[in-house]
Amino acid sequence: MSGSLRITAIEGPALPLRGDDIDTDRIIPARYLRTVSFDGLERHVFEDDRKAAPHPFDDVRFAGARVLLVHGNFGCGSSREHAPQALYRWGIRAILGESFSDIFFGNAALIGLPCLTAARADIDALMSFVEQHPRSAVRVDLAELTCESDAFVCRIEMPSAQRDAFTSGTWDTTGLLLERFDEVRDVATRLPYLTGFGAAPRA
Amino acid sequence: MGKTLLHKVWDLHTVRPLPTGQSQLFVGLHLVHEVTSPQAFDALRARGWRVAFPDRTFATVDHIVPTRERQRPFLDVLAEDMIATLERNCRDFGVSLWNVGDRRQGIVHVIGPELGLTQPGLTIACGDSHTSTHGAFGAIAFGIGTSQVRDVLATQCLAMEPLRVRRIRVTGRLARGVYAKDVILAIIRRLGVRGGVGYAYEYAGDTIARMSMDERMTICNMSIEGGARVGYVNPDETTFAYLQGRPHAPAGEAFARAKAWWASLASDSDASYDDDVEVRAEELTPVVTWGTNPGQSVGVEETIPERSDRDALEYMGLSAGARVKGQRIDVAFIGSCTNSRLSDLREAATIVRGQRVAPHVKALVVPGSAAVQSAAEREGLDEIFRAAGFEWRDAGCSMCLGMNPDKLEGRQVCASSSNRNFKGRQGSPTGRTLLMSPAMVAAAALAGEVIDVREVVG
Repeated sequence: MSGSLRITAIEGPALPLRGDDIDTDRIIPARYLRTVSFDGLERHVFEDDRKAAPHPFDDVRFAGARVLLVHGNFGCGSSREHAPQALYRWGIRAILGESFSDIFFGNAALIGLPCLTAARADIDALMSFVEQHPRSAVRVDLAELTCESDAFVCRIEMPSAQRDAFTSGTWDTTGLLLERFDEVRDVATRLPYLTGFGAAPRA
Repeated sequence: MGKTLLHKVWDLHTVRPLPTGQSQLFVGLHLVHEVTSPQAFDALRARGWRVAFPDRTFATVDHIVPTRERQRPFLDVLAEDMIATLERNCRDFGVSLWNVGDRRQGIVHVIGPELGLTQPGLTIACGDSHTSTHGAFGAIAFGIGTSQVRDVLATQCLAMEPLRVRRIRVTGRLARGVYAKDVILAIIRRLGVRGGVGYAYEYAGDTIARMSMDERMTICNMSIEGGARVGYVNPDETTFAYLQGRPHAPAGEAFARAKAWWASLASDSDASYDDDVEVRAEELTPVVTWGTNPGQSVGVEETIPERSDRDALEYMGLSAGARVKGQRIDVAFIGSCTNSRLSDLREAATIVRGQRVAPHVKALVVPGSAAVQSAAEREGLDEIFRAAGFEWRDAGCSMCLGMNPDKLEGRQVCASSSNRNFKGRQGSPTGRTLLMSPAMVAAAALAGEVIDVREVVG
């Protein structure tokens, strides 16, 4: 596929966002889903959290961040793609965390925003490092499965299928799914519920 | 070695393995609503694509619709714009739409089953995480994002990672005053809000087998709150009896053939599972959440554990060692895709009948669908609720999420039959949600504070 869609490494300032189970209602409150486009969502990312207390997304030290560092089960809850869209449009190009919700992980992948995992201790160490050295670039390497900054390196993980999709530029799946539409029709013709349950029962 | 329902349905719907290692999975039923679809239809328009299987695609409006004053155009211009966009998209792409005013309109996860669209053995996708609800019928149903909505519209397929299966066996009798909602809240409390990541949850055991379809839907609905994108129950006679006679269910001889096929899909007795968990129903009590995720809960007689998440406690204004019981409430909400079906409303009405809502409480009942609403009205449930001081609304997602005029204000505390107690979830950035069963919400509405519903129904 197109070489322009290949994502092999993301490098840039990082932003540490501490806390487990950060849900998509917090990433983008529901009132901003009352729209027919994704335009402008970046203006409201974490809006309620940011109003409630000082927040890393308002911290000038992390302005221009490209790599978001998070803890466990990031993006749980609602399936709203508006959440990864808001982060992407804000400038985030990779998220490194302890774990991600399944739906968020998939939604992010489909807009070219890779979510990678690392051990909790490594995430904590990297967060502390970035807080002390906010201008140091962090490099997330999908090919090598490493995360590096000045004087810091750790192993990172991503399911191999997903990684291949990014490094080969095939993460935009529609084309892939459309490739052999005759086979899709074949499946449809063998599903009993699409054929009046006329065929002999099968499982 | 036998197979689980998940694997049988998965294999039947697999078009091919993709070079990415994922499966290309055919989607048997695609449900669409106004919030997560506009950008997907726009993507089709931009590329000149059609909807691949318009007769397997059905749309309704639920998230943004007001639950009163529904004459068009809506007073809320953003909501009007979204509904008008969905109307245009459905018209342009040949998709059926059950709009406001239609007797088939309602919350997407309530109407799919009600209309008989949701059936065993289907793969079902919808741009909403509570799509897991449909698994109650032995379907493999999961929430998707808008780019995936685009993919399903254009190709009727998804690229999916395989899932592991955890069987959760619930055995024994539930005590009076303990409901399906308490079962799933207890499961999430035990396994955690991320325990289900990467898993499908198969709910089994004699407690589940005795449950009605409404109860099974409540359980499967909240699978995602435990991190499991998919939850399901093997189809049985209860499932088949529910489906018989529904508008989109097979009829006549086809129904008999369908039943045989459906029955064959249930997990084999020698199927192997990636994990097995057992829950004793007798040990369960009414559950109420104290925190800001659905796993942060206690039995209503218990105290909030020491060393609980301080941030969540601070947000909620509660303390470790205290009880949620006795917590004063401002709002009582009975509704949402978790608990807005006829049996939920009946159960709540039994408690409310002849009583009065506490003077300081705003209480509302929002039926899950226009059909639930009219069935409830035929039974006089609306009169029972109104006489007690509840507002009786039209069908929609309402106060489950802050996307329509039904919202909390300021730091109000809401006893809610919905599914999420996230910060700000019910429309006020500082609003507080206590999740519980509809019967517990009804009891709290009358008392003006959280009480143990067993004292009322016992």
